[in-house]
Amino acid sequence: MDSSEKGSLAQVKHVVLVLSGKGGVGKSTITTELALALVHAGKKVGILDVDLCGPSIPRMLSVGKPEVHQCDAGWVPVYADPQQKLAIMSIGFLLEDSDEAVIWRGPKKTALIGQFVSDVAWGELDILLVDTPPGTSDEHLAVLENLRKHRVDGAVLVTTPQAVSTGDVRREITFCKKTAVKILGIVENMSGFVCPHCSECSNVFSKGGGEELAKLTGSVFLGSVPLDPLLTATLEEGRDFLQAFPESSTYTAISQIVNTVLSSLDA
Amino acid sequence: MADVPIDAPEHCPGTSSDQAGKSSACQGCPNQNICASGAAKAPDPAIEEIRQKLTSVNHKILVLSGKGGVGKSTFSAHLSHALASDDSKEVALLDVDICGPSIPKIMGLEGEQVHQSGSGWSPVYVEDNLAVMSIGFLLSSPDDAVIWRGPKKNGMIKQFLRDVDWGELDYLIVDTPPGTSDEHLSIVQYLSSAGIDGAVIITTPQEVSLQDVRKEIRFCIKVKIPIIGVIENMSGFVCPKCKNTSQIFPPTTGGAQRMCEELNLPLLGSVPLDPRIGKSCDEGKSFLNEVPDSPAAVAYENIVQKIRDYCSSHTTSNNPF
Repeated sequence: MDSSEKGSLAQVKHVVLVLSGKGGVGKSTITTELALALVHAGKKVGILDVDLCGPSIPRMLSVGKPEVHQCDAGWVPVYADPQQKLAIMSIGFLLEDSDEAVIWRGPKKTALIGQFVSDVAWGELDILLVDTPPGTSDEHLAVLENLRKHRVDGAVLVTTPQAVSTGDVRREITFCKKTAVKILGIVENMSGFVCPHCSECSNVFSKGGGEELAKLTGSVFLGSVPLDPLLTATLEEGRDFLQAFPESSTYTAISQIVNTVLSSLDA
Repeated sequence: MADVPIDAPEHCPGTSSDQAGKSSACQGCPNQNICASGAAKAPDPAIEEIRQKLTSVNHKILVLSGKGGVGKSTFSAHLSHALASDDSKEVALLDVDICGPSIPKIMGLEGEQVHQSGSGWSPVYVEDNLAVMSIGFLLSSPDDAVIWRGPKKNGMIKQFLRDVDWGELDYLIVDTPPGTSDEHLSIVQYLSSAGIDGAVIITTPQEVSLQDVRKEIRFCIKVKIPIIGVIENMSGFVCPKCKNTSQIFPPTTGGAQRMCEELNLPLLGSVPLDPRIGKSCDEGKSFLNEVPDSPAAVAYENIVQKIRDYCSSHTTSNNPF
């Protein structure tokens, strides 16, 4: 397949989806942290945020509301850093008023996602991460249809430990099987909270469900990320958690996940 | 005519869409001329059918959030339990999260099936006075994925409202998925004649949540749904050992309180994080029964009372807004 057929993704080496059947488990958080870890490891990374109703990526990376420009090759992504190692596209950049609701039915969402995939001038990237909304609907189908011309390396599935979450993620696993998306592995997020005052660990959202789900479905268990108020706070402020807290167990957990994902991409 | 006719092509935009008959997907569809002429866009007769069906329902409450994972289903389930704790009230909980139906598990009804009778689909009863409907009851396996585009989801929601034998109800609670899309537009559209008493908006304290919730509030204003109030969930965690409070989801921009002040909305209450809530949900039990004197249960009960009070003092008209 020559590069003109692949279009704007011609120079993107790997595409990884970040999925969950469940909302609020940390897909955008994990996407952001994976992206930052990969940049620190010397990779050129892109994030495509296809959550049109609730785009969280721009705030998490503190890119504000820059204008999106066009060039000959299409829309220019927004760069999170001056060295242009981290490129982002999100509907968040296209809204004049950040409180404006995007009240679109499926077909309109599908059309914009098609443009995001095909008409953004991503340039050379080692990895394009695709952050998705919860569910198995228009956005997910639109992304896969538009990526058909380009290989999708696989998906990272994010869950919290409790059964209400893994119950939805099981359905997402079925979605992946039906759409022939390889499951790179499962992350169990919000896995235990260590009290900063007395170090007692509380399983706020239960524990172990993600690991059990991986065993049940024969998927790779990528690791557990603890519930860490420092992580939530740095994301709120759009700061780089990995630079700020490299000694934390959360940092170790995220690094391990990144290394496993990179190994499976290079394999 | 159903929103997506049986003989429609794969990317049918839906017969009531602006693109009906005009999109590229419509080429070759046997219904294309009908849609393009606008005949299919006449008001959906289901809206009037639903109005008639729901005249026996006193109060209809939506539970919304722009953000996922803030506790909509948890709250919907416990609101339903609390309202139904009064034996004289008839309560129903409708789960319109088509892709991620959590309500069957949270209500302890996994594995239950829906039955058809002459008067329509029977909802599943948790108690004599508490009925539940969810697509979860139509799936045969916990691994079944509902991989549907918008128009098909809309059709399911229409059936839930029109074809379920709800009977006489004091309260119909509608649990929704996160976002402002097909499910939300459809619920508003199909209930446009029947009327909605109001929406309860759930958020967690941090800005990443609030920024999505503000969009949901704009949605409510745009489609003219009254907002009963906002609930701040996961509002602080008290360590069971040392009893210190940690803000796991920090209110860096003032939390729900500041947002409510800015938008002039009632803050119905704040519910602290309690690991026993998630455990109850996983076990399909009511947290309000399991741990009734916990701070979270007390917070829930106070919020429920405010919702009861709101409903008592508001009646929906049967006219479209």
